[in-house]
Amino acid sequence: MVRVDGSGTSSLIQVRGLDKKYSRGGEEIHVLQGLNLDVDQGDFVAFMGPSGSGKTTLLNLLGGLDVPTAGSITVAGDAITSMSRGALTTWRARHVGFVFQMYNLIPVLTAFQNVELPLLLTSLSKSERRKHVETALGVVGLSDRMQHFPRQLSGGQEQRVTIARAIVSDPTFLLCDEPTGDLDRKSADEIMHLVLTLVKDYKKTVLMVTHDPVVAEKADITLHLDKGALVESGKLAGAMAGGAR
Amino acid sequence: MAIPVVYNLRSVRQRWTSSVVAILGIAGTAGVFVAMLSLAHGFKATMMSSGSSDNAIVLRAGANTEMNGAVTLDDVRLIQDAPGIARDTQGPLLSAEAVMIAPFPLLSTGTDANVQIRGVSPKALEVRKQVKIIQGRFLKPGLWELVVGRNVSSTYGGLGFGSSVKSGGATWQVVGVFDAGGSAFDSEVWADASVLNQAFKRPENIFQSVTVHLNSPSDFQKFKDAVTTNPKLNVDVDREINYYNKQSQMLTTLITILGLIVSLIMAFGAVVGALNTMYSAVAERSREIATLRAVGFGAGSVVFSFTLEAVLISLIGGVLGCVAVLPLNGFTTSSINWQTFSNLAFAFTITPTLMSWGIVFALAMGIVGGIFPAISAARSPVAPALRGM
Ligand SMILES: Nc1ncnc2c1ncn2[C@@H]1O[C@H](COP(=O)(O)OP(=O)(O)OP(=O)(O)O)[C@@H](O)[C@H]1O
Ligand SMILES: [Mg+2]
Repeated sequence: MVRVDGSGTSSLIQVRGLDKKYSRGGEEIHVLQGLNLDVDQGDFVAFMGPSGSGKTTLLNLLGGLDVPTAGSITVAGDAITSMSRGALTTWRARHVGFVFQMYNLIPVLTAFQNVELPLLLTSLSKSERRKHVETALGVVGLSDRMQHFPRQLSGGQEQRVTIARAIVSDPTFLLCDEPTGDLDRKSADEIMHLVLTLVKDYKKTVLMVTHDPVVAEKADITLHLDKGALVESGKLAGAMAGGAR
Repeated sequence: MAIPVVYNLRSVRQRWTSSVVAILGIAGTAGVFVAMLSLAHGFKATMMSSGSSDNAIVLRAGANTEMNGAVTLDDVRLIQDAPGIARDTQGPLLSAEAVMIAPFPLLSTGTDANVQIRGVSPKALEVRKQVKIIQGRFLKPGLWELVVGRNVSSTYGGLGFGSSVKSGGATWQVVGVFDAGGSAFDSEVWADASVLNQAFKRPENIFQSVTVHLNSPSDFQKFKDAVTTNPKLNVDVDREINYYNKQSQMLTTLITILGLIVSLIMAFGAVVGALNTMYSAVAERSREIATLRAVGFGAGSVVFSFTLEAVLISLIGGVLGCVAVLPLNGFTTSSINWQTFSNLAFAFTITPTLMSWGIVFALAMGIVGGIFPAISAARSPVAPALRGM
């Protein structure tokens, strides 16, 4: 169950009173203001909001890429907002899978090597890593593109490699920042189909930013960023689908 | 586990125009470094091979080179009775020698250069086993005859085999050429010691050094003790090999220091080049770095990876530099021997050890040029870099 009023008690992700200010040229921008959020295991949440409303900022904080000005984030009992940068890096490797709008694949590494990266931080043997990478690339339907470099792939395929990289180490949750933002309708649909498969068949917890209402519709719930906090949109179908599970 | 090396290898190749700048800078520096070291090494090797471990050289006490020594014929008579000296049927293997410098025209430029002329005793070839006559014959005592070192015969006009030459108010006949195994003697002209003294109007009974061949290297102490404790003698004794080692020290040190100064100045430029290459690599790849950090690679991994990349670049540069100077190996050059002010031929001698020093030097440049950009790569915040800020 997803909540935005700070009333959850035993949720997987608990965000309380999250504040983020940026200062730029002496001017202070208060992007997130006392934001609360609770997400349970297996939830699929979409975030929407106008450009500059702080969606990416929120994902970065949830993924431990940045630290808040105030407030706390707890994931599976770990208070990540009080971790050191080093501890946060280790935590990220274990718990977060990132999917970015711009894919952010390493251009000089093959699809296989890109997907293998998170596994290099585990104690898996070379053959175990190979198995995991092959499985992940199989899930995203790119078994035949393992030795291709990013520039040899289409945008949709690149994004699927990114998704494979995000899921290969079986993280606690996935953070997707406009994963379809750079794709045409057809590729976007394929990516969304894939994300839904991850949620339904693999029981992944997914938090996704999108500008596209069609994409947001697939999520259990859509939350809007408004004046630095989240508000639930009255999306009945999504709420019912979430409740039916 | 670290960021895979293939990432750095392919990145270096990908950005090869930028990498090449750093590689060439480091290659040039490492090459000059190795060349200078090999010059010093070649000089030292030439000097060292002049001495034999089973020879001893006797000089007047306090004289540190043959040039300012003086040993009388009476001294020589006392020395030749000392224990430890090897003998053949005609007596002790000993060469009392007079050394002087005379100018001869170089074949290459026609200008004069100083040649060391050594007046030797008839036993000189028995004393210096490494010296072999390769053309003609050895000189006969009492005659105006010369035998010349291999380098001399090919470097100076008028000192080729069979020619006759005027020097010191006499006309000399070049009757033989000898090979001294790449030692300093290859740059010398030998004459009979008494004839030479006579020609240059020097006292006939004064020599500058006495070199003796010992029964074995272990007889040195016995010989030295006997000669230095003899109250009638006022001389110093050294192993011949030590003597030449000391003679080589000054120029070897000079070349080495000069080489280091030149290399360090060049290294400064090469490091700046490497820094430039690596800083631009870090700037161009800030998004990749941020992605690696997001995936969970720590700051240490990033520092290691980018330093490694610089080290890879410097390794390529180092190897290239060494290979580039390799053709110099054996290339003969000559220089003033600062102890005697005569011309001495010696060759660049590039050894595996010197090449590994060159590589180490290159790697050091790579580390210095890589570590600061690598640290800045690890320090830059992840979130803005991911946005391309
Ligand atoms: N590192 C930073 N320094 C200063 N200001 C920043 C920084 N990062 C983000 N901002 C500002 O914070 C605000 C929120 O940015 P954010 O990227 O989170 O918005 P967004 O909702 O993701 O927008 P978009 O839909 O365009 O991606 C913007 O005004 C942005 O300019
Ligand atoms: Mg954004």
